[in-house]
Amino acid sequence: MDLFSTFFNIPVLVASLPQLLNGLLVTIGIGITSIIAGLIGGLFLAVLRLYAGPVTNALVRGYIDVFRSIPLLVLLIIVYYALPFVGIRLSPFFSAVTALTLVSAAYTAEIFRAGIEAIPKGQFEASAALGLSNRYTMTDVILPQAIRIVIPPLTNNCINVLKDTALASVVAMPDLLKQATQAQALSANPTPLIGAAVIYLILLLPMVRFVARLEKRFSRGRT
Amino acid sequence: MKAPLIKIKNLRKAYGNFTVLHGIDLEISQGEVVCVVGPSGSGKSTLIRCINHLEPFEDDGEIIVDGIPVRPGRDLADVRAEVGMVFQSFNLFPHMTVLRNVMLAPIRVRKMNEADAEKRARDLLERVGISVQADKYPGQLSGGQQQRVAIARALAMEPKVLLFDEPTSALDPEMVGEVLDVMKKLAGTGVTMVVVTHEMGFARQVADRVLFMDGGNIIEAGTPTEIFDAPKEERTRNFLHAVLDH
Ligand SMILES: Nc1ncnc2c1ncn2[C@@H]1O[C@H](COP(=O)(O)OP(=O)(O)OP(=O)(O)O)[C@@H](O)[C@H]1O
Ligand SMILES: [Mg+2]
Repeated sequence: MDLFSTFFNIPVLVASLPQLLNGLLVTIGIGITSIIAGLIGGLFLAVLRLYAGPVTNALVRGYIDVFRSIPLLVLLIIVYYALPFVGIRLSPFFSAVTALTLVSAAYTAEIFRAGIEAIPKGQFEASAALGLSNRYTMTDVILPQAIRIVIPPLTNNCINVLKDTALASVVAMPDLLKQATQAQALSANPTPLIGAAVIYLILLLPMVRFVARLEKRFSRGRT
Repeated sequence: MKAPLIKIKNLRKAYGNFTVLHGIDLEISQGEVVCVVGPSGSGKSTLIRCINHLEPFEDDGEIIVDGIPVRPGRDLADVRAEVGMVFQSFNLFPHMTVLRNVMLAPIRVRKMNEADAEKRARDLLERVGISVQADKYPGQLSGGQQQRVAIARALAMEPKVLLFDEPTSALDPEMVGEVLDVMKKLAGTGVTMVVVTHEMGFARQVADRVLFMDGGNIIEAGTPTEIFDAPKEERTRNFLHAVLDH
């Protein structure tokens, strides 16, 4: 068999495509759920650090450090295989979402903190002097300005989360990678794996380009 | 005599071992215009920033504004609603139009509706001569225009007290006049003003009382004539000599 019909076998690809697309939906489902939950968690942690006392601050700091250090695969396996021993039994989907969210929230919190810290102190002072509550200071003054700063790193984080969804295949989640390996076993041909790789690229390359463009624009001295 | 609007008793502030304010006592009555002058680092900014608690101060001191003690907690929002502040660097909100900058606090703090807040904002912008630029963003205005917007923004809360921290020091010389003119007009309206400034001409013309600060103390206080024409303290004389001589 020649190289082409081994790796780019069209009939095999066509036959496995529905399965791959199903997997893609699962991948996107896990990814988007984790990204949104991670955003909410991260923003919450970042604002908490800004206003909470030293004890809470240290706890949040600890959370962020731990979940940025632990390998995601290890965390996922703990959530799926170890937690049942203490009576917490999560489906493969929720195991993956939990592990991804815990880590994504830690990264997102750091991104938001950096974004908020980049806003000049005078903006906080002007808000305080006007009598704005902490809440309105955040929602009306600080976050709308911080959002521009955090969009490139947040998009980067989204890319990472989407890539990391592939780890969910180890907890028997029928995501894109899992479907591809199954199709490969079924057809005794690696083309579905190539197909999956191409689909990952189609999904993620535009986001990578987008971040690169944004970063270039922001670095070209906008004040 | 009427009770003072601002009452400051034994106000002390230190950064570590370095004392910035050494127990300031000061009373300011309703409608009074007080100018604070003194050399760099004498504690002028710190003093007025304590009045709305942008700077925390030692517990044994006390500031009372319009009967409300200035301290962390729920009352602080009430104090800040009564006390407006204009900063050296304007600190407008760059992502909002000029109009929105002025409308924000009345809507969020006074719970005013949009239409009333917009009317008030347009009136105020008219008063400071910026009505044409209402829909521009702060970054599109000159420094002098931005500072006038900042004054309108502070006025939108109808504060009893306005604090100014060197409002013209960041401006190009040709724009200082337009901001001082707005402040002069304000001084005639009965709002209480505390103005940290290096503009001695303005202080002489507008102030009811001038405070000279040095090393974290109020060295001398009096009418502009008393301070500028017949300063009693050596340090006041030296300072005035230095700033008026060029
Ligand atoms: N965050 C800080 N940490 C340590 N020292 C500070 C801090 N902020 C102010 N100071 C010091 O406190 C003193 C008083 O500062 P302040 O800003 O009140 O002076 P000022 O009279 O307003 O001077 P200027 O005319 O330069 O504005 C200065 O010696 C300054 O260095
Ligand atoms: Mg100062």
